[in-house]
Amino acid sequence: MRIGDAKQTYLADEAIWTSSTQKAWFTLLLVALLGFPFLANPYLLYLGCLVGIAIISTTGLNILTGYTGLISLGQAGFMGVGAYTVAWLSLHTALPFPVTLLAAGLVAAAVGVLVGLPSLRVKGLYLAIATLAASVFLHFIFAEWKSVTGGMEGLSLRPAHLFGLEFRSDFAMYFIIVPLAILALFCAKNLFRTRVGRAFIAIRDRDISAEILGIPLLKYKLMSFALSSFYAGVAGGLFAYFYRVVTPESFPLSMSIFYLAAVIVGGMGNLLGGILGAAFMTLVPEALKLLTAAMTPFWPDAPVFMSPMLEIIFGALIVGFLIFEPHGLAEIWRRIRRFFHLWPFRS
Amino acid sequence: MNILEIRQLSLSFGGVHALQNVSFHVPKDTITTVIGPNGAGKTSLFNCISGFYRPQQGDILYEGESLKGIKPPKRAALGLARTFQNIALFRGMTVLDNIKLGAHVHMKTGLLGALAYYGPARREEMAIREEVERRIIDFLEIDHIRRQPVASLPYGLQKRVELARALAMRPKVLMLDEPVAGMNREEKEDMARFILDLREEWDITVLMVEHDMSMVMDISDHIAVLNFGQVITEGVPQDVQKNPEVIKAYLGNSDIDDLRKRLNPDREAA
Repeated sequence: MRIGDAKQTYLADEAIWTSSTQKAWFTLLLVALLGFPFLANPYLLYLGCLVGIAIISTTGLNILTGYTGLISLGQAGFMGVGAYTVAWLSLHTALPFPVTLLAAGLVAAAVGVLVGLPSLRVKGLYLAIATLAASVFLHFIFAEWKSVTGGMEGLSLRPAHLFGLEFRSDFAMYFIIVPLAILALFCAKNLFRTRVGRAFIAIRDRDISAEILGIPLLKYKLMSFALSSFYAGVAGGLFAYFYRVVTPESFPLSMSIFYLAAVIVGGMGNLLGGILGAAFMTLVPEALKLLTAAMTPFWPDAPVFMSPMLEIIFGALIVGFLIFEPHGLAEIWRRIRRFFHLWPFRS
Repeated sequence: MNILEIRQLSLSFGGVHALQNVSFHVPKDTITTVIGPNGAGKTSLFNCISGFYRPQQGDILYEGESLKGIKPPKRAALGLARTFQNIALFRGMTVLDNIKLGAHVHMKTGLLGALAYYGPARREEMAIREEVERRIIDFLEIDHIRRQPVASLPYGLQKRVELARALAMRPKVLMLDEPVAGMNREEKEDMARFILDLREEWDITVLMVEHDMSMVMDISDHIAVLNFGQVITEGVPQDVQKNPEVIKAYLGNSDIDDLRKRLNPDREAA
């Protein structure tokens, strides 16, 4: 049962953590995240980094699709822009990674604004098609602008570096990716405590009355596109540093769908949903592979049967979540929380 | 002095003339009501004033200046606020966030400030929160629901939250589109009291569309009657009530005594 958390100032009332229990849990989470790379095996560490990158990009798409209501199939394209920016800068300059990642975000944001321009006129599925066109177009540029992108062979880049330190291993990259993911989430959380975030949600819920209430639609839609692509660009930049090679095939259209699915499965318009969705989409296919491996001793043919089944099972899981939990994984979490808030009086 | 002046406004959609040569004025610090049968063009008129429709002819003067070419968000910033006939709250937000959204045009925080939520951005949020709490939530007696998502509220309260959001816009002219439609008697009385208080204490000019005649006649200072997109008459409630044209427009019936009673329930009761 949660009691005694009345506040005396509005500031305390609008804080992100409103109880000492929440703060304690969050500290515990930070400690766990800090300890994780020291205890985890290389495979788990690799997955941890992937989840971190996915969380940044999913949060970005969540801002655009979940909070502003603009469906985008361009997320992989924006990540590609960020990745190529980082790769190019790493090959042609000696800039440290904070600068290159910032540049990646800014270039992606600029491209995002361009792609977002039709959003004043087209909505819903039509906008999805417009962004789809943009992502095909970007893919074409990645493959054909050979002097910059290296064509189909792509670019190999040097490891991320800062003050002479090189971030070569997954272990080192973890300490870039996870803090950035946390920063990205905090920024997004802040955003939705202010007028800009409220304007985004208003546009999603009722764009016409939002305009009459004083929100210039194009400005805020473009702002949402810019911010979302900034997140994608940074995630793409991290992706480039993580794999240290970028090719046009690194960012296929299916990746855009992957992120859209992460937003929907996690819970649209919910930051926690973005985290859970990104983790779900990244980890479940891996878990299914592990499951297959675990079954092999008892059923030698398991890999033969299971490997084509994995995609189907994964798809079925997504469909299942959409049917049984249309508000996403975040809703399950909310229910668990409420149970403990009310416990032991009502469950 | 007239805070709002509608001059020969005409609006048509294809062959349908929603408004034809509509002229009337809204005196400052009054409650002015536009009445008329369904489809008379009342909401179209509101949409023209909000800037959502662009009339083909005519002009709207606000504080003596033409509103022509001014986009809806700018009009909101100038002090024109409104509520909607079919409640237009943002369902994904809490009551408090909905109201704070109304203050959007009076705030400055940009994207970077919002992401950092520090310094000026945070101070501005706190100032708005305090204003909303002290002036609006207290006044409209909705403190018990401030944390609730609006979708879960009963109809009458949703209407009240919508009024709260419009008040957060610090309006000079508040346009209310059917503020008491679908409410029970008690809720109507509350709403009528709030509207009167707005004129008395908040110095807001109210422009209202409403079908509830007893309320319209009770609280309006000035009434304009619209039928088939045209103004039939305007004036004080007593005169409008007696106007045979109005009675005819409302019921298309020649039994004027009967209709007079229906337009004037007080006399009916007496």
